[in-house]
Amino acid sequence: MNGTPQRIWGLVYRHLCMYRRSWPRLVEIAYWPTLELLIWGFTANFFSRDLHGGSPILAGVALVAGVLLWEIVLRAQIGVAFSFLEEIWSRNLGHLFVSPLRPAELVGALLSVSLIRTIIGLLPATIIAFLLYHYDVFAPGPVMVLFFVNLLVMGWWVALAIVALLFRYGAGAEALAWTIAFGITPVACVFYPLSSLPYWLQPVAQALPAAHVFEGLRALLLHGQTDWHQFAWATGLNILWTLAAVSIFGLEFRRARVRGALISIGE
Amino acid sequence: MEAIRVENLVKRYPKALAVDNLSFTLERGQILGLLGGNGAGKTTTISMLLGLLVPTSGRITVLGHDMAKNRFAALARMNFSSPYISLPGRLTVRENLEVYGHLYNVPKLKTRIGQLAEQFRLTELLTRPAGDLSAGQKTRVALAKSLLNQPDLLLLDEPTASLDPDTGDYVRTALEDYRVATGASILLASHNMAEVERLCDHVLMMKQGRVADHGAPEDLITRYGREDMEEVFLHIARSEAI
Repeated sequence: MNGTPQRIWGLVYRHLCMYRRSWPRLVEIAYWPTLELLIWGFTANFFSRDLHGGSPILAGVALVAGVLLWEIVLRAQIGVAFSFLEEIWSRNLGHLFVSPLRPAELVGALLSVSLIRTIIGLLPATIIAFLLYHYDVFAPGPVMVLFFVNLLVMGWWVALAIVALLFRYGAGAEALAWTIAFGITPVACVFYPLSSLPYWLQPVAQALPAAHVFEGLRALLLHGQTDWHQFAWATGLNILWTLAAVSIFGLEFRRARVRGALISIGE
Repeated sequence: MEAIRVENLVKRYPKALAVDNLSFTLERGQILGLLGGNGAGKTTTISMLLGLLVPTSGRITVLGHDMAKNRFAALARMNFSSPYISLPGRLTVRENLEVYGHLYNVPKLKTRIGQLAEQFRLTELLTRPAGDLSAGQKTRVALAKSLLNQPDLLLLDEPTASLDPDTGDYVRTALEDYRVATGASILLASHNMAEVERLCDHVLMMKQGRVADHGAPEDLITRYGREDMEEVFLHIARSEAI
């Protein structure tokens, strides 16, 4: 694996050059998280202040926190899938796959670009949350980093599964890159507790790390308690889902090489 | 020692047999022409040589490495150019070459890019987005990319397609010079028979996934009693027998 950091940097550099040259792409990264935060932030203000006639209540804070943190999953997932689709759209995959770039290095580069995109995308929303809604996402302290990491990892394994589907079904499956994570939202328990879901749907939510992260987040924000039990569940599930996604990615990459799909993936 | 050794290579798709028991070798320092009509199996063969495609059966050894087990060791010492695969159009020519320089771990990258830019008349184009270039300019950039890592083996798919005669001749000379200077081996897929006659030490005529004939261009011309490789190509492509 000699030269791995340089190869990963090479592909990250390719995406940085693209963003440096395209301001609409840069704006797009931050546009949706900021818009979501504005809509839900004002909604939270309405419910917490205007309907109760007093100072903002903690439920409003939990709602804003939910919006902000769920965006980590969405941005992380879209960051990976979009970067891979960029290679398909520019018909560059042929060159990449005949270079010494290993599949693991390709994934490493996609995750690095995703991390950069997530930070850039959430920075304006984080500042707006502080200025407009008096919500400081870092106020609970270092424990928030554990929530961030778990949500980031969840976004990544969802994205790896999507890339595996792109290997299998080609660019025709690109709609999945934009829709899958949004489809998970109802069972991720971002804005309401697990107990709000119908009984039969709760096991589905419990299989997702996000549901445990947001249960833990609400415990922290509403009761000031760090729920390590929920954190352990989220971490354990993330490990399992990551292993599953990596296996599917490896399997579909191999199948694509057998079928010849790497040559025609953009068609 | 061979740069490429292909033994009993087969690629079978559910509805077609693309490559049928193909065997050949490319000696170090030689240029081998891979010829054949559309659908003869050239692209499939090149894809398998590059590790893009897994053979159904058979064995490929490139620069001493078994491609089924250790393809990345071989890929680091080879390169590929085709006008049919793009480089990212929003990146400048220099940025594209930098990206691939990193992917191939090219030492003294800035110097190497300067050398190639001069060699392929790209100096003026380095700051232009690759997507804004003409087809001929893109082909020259792709060739420069393929020589970045000073490969021991170069696979070229129609390297002078869309180049004007002057630039085409310039590129052929550059490839000959590169071969002489480095002792590199080149596998060339081309429909330009004059180019094949000029560059290739040996040619492999493919038809329906198999070797229809092979030999040095001048030997094939003599054997078939023709004027040039164009006529040999047409004779083999139109004959019923394989």
